[in-house]
Amino acid sequence: MLSAESLRKIDREIAKYPAERRQSAVMAALVIAQDEKGWLSTETMDFVAQYLGIAPVAVYEVASFYTMYNREPLGTHKLTICTCLPCGLQGSLAAADHLKKRLGIDFNETTPDGWFTLREGECMGACAMAPVVLVDNKRMCDYMTNDKLDALVDELSRKS
Amino acid sequence: MPTLEIDGKAIEVAAGTSVIEAAKRLGIFIPHFCYHPKLSVAANCRMCLVEVEKAPKPMPACATPVADGMKIWTQSPAARKAQNGVMEFLLINHPLDCPICDQGGECQLQDLSVGYGGSASRYQEEKRVVLHKDLGPLVAAEEMSRCIQCTRCVRFGEEIGGVMELGMINRGEHAEIVSFIGRSVDSELSGNMIDLCPVGALTSKPFRYSARTWELSRRRSVAPHDGLGSNLVVQVKQNRVMRVLPLENGAVNECWLSDKDRFSYEGLNAPDRLLRPMVRRGGRLEEAEWEEALERAAEGLRDAGVLASPHATLEELYLAGKLGPADFRLRHSDFSADGRRAGIPWLGMPVAELGTLDRVLVVGSFLRKDHPLLAHRMRQAAKRGAQVHVLHSVDDDWLMPLASKTIVAPNALAGAIAAFKERLAGAKNAAVLLGNFAQQHPQAAALHAAAQALGVQLGFLGEAANSVGGYVAGLPAGGGMPEVLKKDALLLLNVEPRLDCADPRAAERARFIVNLSAWRSDVGDVLLPIVPFTETAGTFVSTEGRVQTFNACVLPAGEARPAWKVLRVLGTMLDRPGTAFDTIEEVRSACLAGRDVAALLSNRIEAGAAAPVVASAGLQRIAEVPIYAADPLVRRSPSLQKTRDARPPRAWMNARLLQKLGLAEGQPVLARMQAGQARLTAALDDKLPEDCVRIAAAHAATADLGPMFGTVSVEKASVEKVA
Ligand code: SF4
Ligand code: FES
Ligand code: FES
Repeated sequence: MLSAESLRKIDREIAKYPAERRQSAVMAALVIAQDEKGWLSTETMDFVAQYLGIAPVAVYEVASFYTMYNREPLGTHKLTICTCLPCGLQGSLAAADHLKKRLGIDFNETTPDGWFTLREGECMGACAMAPVVLVDNKRMCDYMTNDKLDALVDELSRKS
Repeated sequence: MPTLEIDGKAIEVAAGTSVIEAAKRLGIFIPHFCYHPKLSVAANCRMCLVEVEKAPKPMPACATPVADGMKIWTQSPAARKAQNGVMEFLLINHPLDCPICDQGGECQLQDLSVGYGGSASRYQEEKRVVLHKDLGPLVAAEEMSRCIQCTRCVRFGEEIGGVMELGMINRGEHAEIVSFIGRSVDSELSGNMIDLCPVGALTSKPFRYSARTWELSRRRSVAPHDGLGSNLVVQVKQNRVMRVLPLENGAVNECWLSDKDRFSYEGLNAPDRLLRPMVRRGGRLEEAEWEEALERAAEGLRDAGVLASPHATLEELYLAGKLGPADFRLRHSDFSADGRRAGIPWLGMPVAELGTLDRVLVVGSFLRKDHPLLAHRMRQAAKRGAQVHVLHSVDDDWLMPLASKTIVAPNALAGAIAAFKERLAGAKNAAVLLGNFAQQHPQAAALHAAAQALGVQLGFLGEAANSVGGYVAGLPAGGGMPEVLKKDALLLLNVEPRLDCADPRAAERARFIVNLSAWRSDVGDVLLPIVPFTETAGTFVSTEGRVQTFNACVLPAGEARPAWKVLRVLGTMLDRPGTAFDTIEEVRSACLAGRDVAALLSNRIEAGAAAPVVASAGLQRIAEVPIYAADPLVRRSPSLQKTRDARPPRAWMNARLLQKLGLAEGQPVLARMQAGQARLTAALDDKLPEDCVRIAAAHAATADLGPMFGTVSVEKASVEKVA
């Protein structure tokens, strides 16, 4: 279900916890699985559950709690904008509206060319630098004025 | 031990006690939803906020451990403000549909909102909607918008049921309870989630919309199914049992109830209740007057044997034993221990002590299905580190950590016990427990002796409500089962012979049968309508030797009468001494005769000739009694019959055997035993031992096959035969 490479990585994570606490590796295992597959299908989550020896529903709980886990296939780039209260007070809702207009999609949608997916995020611990946008889970962009948002979209649109 | 003060009252409690527990001890109630004394602390509802001296914010009483010198106020302005605030939040998304909610009148949210809620909501916006879920035939989750996300149901599955069947997905405003995607809840303890849910999100499917809690009167009773004797609250409206709930008893069922005990009441009102006596005239059963029926019965019973249900009451069994050779161990097949036992076989220890064992070997038991709450006790012990070893012929998931597991064919069970001696050695408190399969086994006495030879505590997991009580009542009487089956006339007490006996044909050779039954039947020349446990007083002696007496909850249906009265009349008509009683109390005291039941119990067995080893030629049948097929009452509960556990029997084999027989999974097959055959579907269970076929008993589909144990053959069913 997962590549040998991923399984090796997951085993390393499991080894960090006592034997009867394999469950603790669930977050790391899901990250590794998602890195390989791009998103977490029910089958992938069931596999992780079985691999860790825990109930499948316990894996769904974790995967659905954190917004960085993708439970559907996504566009090439995922833009997640924080809309929690502190960011909201600092204009992230307006920034989100700008992004939606620019991309022509709403939250949780993907552009017709399959390039961008827009997501609403929870606090990223960067409230002071609002609005913040997380690109593909790994790159954080802050103080996102409309100009900077446009520049970001332009940059990502250049299909290399 | 820390001393603290709650609302000005001082109390000393053990370190580690939570504030909510300490308050309870003082008789101070702190409002709460997610906290439950039998579950882990989640502290997610925040209803239990209290003011703590020097703490800047209110603290959750359920998750705050006491400290020396702590001062707590549960009703101060600050505490009240916090509690009122939490209540307001909880009600924001709650639909407030109490008038159409089944929980109305017994809802913790409703009750507490009277004390802590506002009279009107300030929230004007749209409420969120949570879609309903299908959790199977027992638990209704139709109105999940009512859920307050306390996660009691989730923790129940994880911590008590042994399998996490529900979970909470998403977060914040989107959080919702879901089952394992698209699956029902299949735990044999699932009904407890209904009790635990503090709101009307999880409700009882069979009970829904049939009564309001304040219309119901409550009567204590005792569960008539497995040997535990769970304490019940039977709820009655207009002389009809509407619902059954657990009555808390820490030494027996704690606050839990198995689904079987909880939902079997549906069978009480089954459409096939026998309401008038019937006699066979010219081959047909016709309704008759009691007088005629009793006369016909008495005439034919002058020299008769008695097959009595182990689910019958002590008083019934006592009187039944006066009418002729009698036995109640209907599914047993080895009686060679009779006369070699030092006393009545029992659990060997109080139920509560199961949890204190540090090593236990369970032999021949479908533990989860046969004894759902004893399995729960053992699960808790296993989680605390007790080693549970299993010796059995099937490898079903017990949902608990097992130290070792040995799966062998039925005829190899007895020989496999001795090997556990080493594994049990060195334990502080070890025990070996014999399950239903071991007791029903054709080598039951040999299994018993081998278990005794392990030299640790020995116990029997009581199959039925009166597995101990039957012996107390003086059964087996007149030579027991072997003698009973020699008689040409039989009296059946609450028995459906094709489903309740080791050999479904047990009653077939009798030429005259009087059938005391609460349900219509085509077995018998005279049918005398008796009542189920809710319509009579009686006594069950549980597997731990606990004598539990109960009274009738409702009046008898139709012309049916309590069986003890019918047996008493028959006894008098047949001039049997010691059967004339006026009240059930007289029967009870005659039966107990001032004896202390505890003194009668003993699991010691004297060595004797070992029963011959079952022939190992051919394939062996492994027969379980499925949980919802075990007795006539539970077989009539439509809701339980819709569960996964009630799926019709199949012929289970491992892959090698399937291949050897040239069969494929799902194929129609014909199973044959010496006495008969059954048409079944082949199924794959790779954990079965070699050359064994698992075919459940106690089911109409397999009744023709024959005895529960023995040699069986399986072949492809030809197409014509299927059609
Ligand atoms: S369904 Fe009931 S028990 Fe489960 S989380 Fe919701 S309110 Fe609590
Ligand atoms: S609220 Fe947006 S980063 Fe914290
Ligand atoms: S009861 Fe304490 S937080 Fe729920």
